[in-house]
Amino acid sequence: MTPKSGNLSPQPYISGTIDMQTFDLEAEGLRALNTALHAQNDTTNQTAWEVINPKGSHAIAVGLDAPIEVTVKGSTGYYCGGMNQQATINVHGSVGPGVAENMMSGTVVIEGDASQYAGATGHGGLLVIKGNASSRCGISMKGIDIVVHGNIGHMSAFMAQAGSLVVCGDAGDALGDSCYEAKLFVRGSVKSLGADCIEKEMRPEHIELLKDLLERAGADAKPEEFKRYGSARQLYNFDVDNAAAY
Amino acid sequence: MCGIVGLFLKDKALEPKLGEMLTDMLITMTDRGPDSAGIAIYGNDADQNAKLTVQSDNADSDFATLAADLGIVLGTTVELNRRDTHAVLEMPADKTAAARQAVTELRPGLRVMSEGDTIEIYKEVGLPQDVANRFGVSNMSGTHGIGHTRMATESAVTTEGAHPFSTAPDQCLVHNGSLSNHNSLRRKLVRDGVRIESMNDTEVGAAYLTWKMQNGSTLGEALEGSLQDLDGFFTFVVGTKDGFGVVRDPIACKPAVMAETDQYVAFGSEYRALVNLPGIDDAKVWEPEPATVYFWNH
Repeated sequence: MTPKSGNLSPQPYISGTIDMQTFDLEAEGLRALNTALHAQNDTTNQTAWEVINPKGSHAIAVGLDAPIEVTVKGSTGYYCGGMNQQATINVHGSVGPGVAENMMSGTVVIEGDASQYAGATGHGGLLVIKGNASSRCGISMKGIDIVVHGNIGHMSAFMAQAGSLVVCGDAGDALGDSCYEAKLFVRGSVKSLGADCIEKEMRPEHIELLKDLLERAGADAKPEEFKRYGSARQLYNFDVDNAAAY
Repeated sequence: MCGIVGLFLKDKALEPKLGEMLTDMLITMTDRGPDSAGIAIYGNDADQNAKLTVQSDNADSDFATLAADLGIVLGTTVELNRRDTHAVLEMPADKTAAARQAVTELRPGLRVMSEGDTIEIYKEVGLPQDVANRFGVSNMSGTHGIGHTRMATESAVTTEGAHPFSTAPDQCLVHNGSLSNHNSLRRKLVRDGVRIESMNDTEVGAAYLTWKMQNGSTLGEALEGSLQDLDGFFTFVVGTKDGFGVVRDPIACKPAVMAETDQYVAFGSEYRALVNLPGIDDAKVWEPEPATVYFWNH
């Protein structure tokens, strides 16, 4: 029997969302990984990626701009997930300095600890650190939301401009030094507040905001247990009484 | 920049592999410091003997009859083991002070790298891979060791500017960062009779710790003191005959990662340096806190 013409030719194989793209970083190298991830766009069907053998490498999954999910199986070095847009990046390990630096949107979740300046200068998206973050967490943040399940180090949220920093544990010295309009929430102790940072009233809208962030970050904490800190707004403008200091 | 690695072994079975593990860690840190590299290795204690590690730019001529010449001056037997531009002179422990003076008189171009019961220091200008190969670091054994890859800032790229620095028997220091008050502190220490041989900032840090300990401080107290008296950026790793310590300045912008298992305590400027250590996936891994002294002893 002769097949009829028409729709009988086999359909090309399309790897759907159920197919995990596994990338061996040690074997294939960083540039190949980031090139492959940058090739994805809004309509990609290669939406699930797994990076194996990260071995502390730098700049893993940096500059992504597609709604894909990348899981890094191990610990990373500097700048993991930097400049992220849209993507969801999970790290099953700890990360070095500058994780999610300048993130624009999307989600970065770290199962372990983060080194210094996590989420620095971030404009948007959500950064979740399930362990501790060290110094300068959220420095100069510009709209990113950061939720740390553990503690944060000194000089965190320095010059923070917008967004929220939520800390379920304790904060180190000089929290929120010279900050602008970022909202800082800490459940535990604050070793010291930085210049022009003060404790502020927790109003219903802050409880709502915090409830949503804690939920999205999978953090087991009640919003009512937190204190809010922010700018006293005394450093915003030049004060003629301080002229002698310049 | 600069890269630091350190390994303090708890499990004696790993001692023959110390040099091999440190070499791998050191080479991983090449892009943090490609100018020069160095290593301090604490070998096994040679009973009544002590070691002087010396370096020469004219090793062939300087080392040729050095052991015999030195033996005559000291009235004892001196053994010389050469490794490229360096040589370890082994002699009775009570002769090292005299030997230190004698070698520089016998061979004016010689530099003393270290002195002590177990310490040996090897350092040169060049890529860490090349430096490690020249000295055959991978076949060295020992109880603990510290390595450094240098990206020079405060003094020239020379052998004497490379780390580690040793300013007292069996002590050494490596440094990532830069000290800003090293000139004034150098003058003060020299006035107090402390020997400082280079214009390097780290040597002043090492000499400061030695000076504190000569004045009655423990190593821990000396490291605490550095937080008050040294101005600038530093992550320090120090070695002593039986110990290994870490301290970071209060700002702590110079990176540091530590790992501990039942077999070892390891230090790396980055986690990358630690990834090939045995059992690292199950190790306790953490970032040392700012202005906090960590110390392990045998």
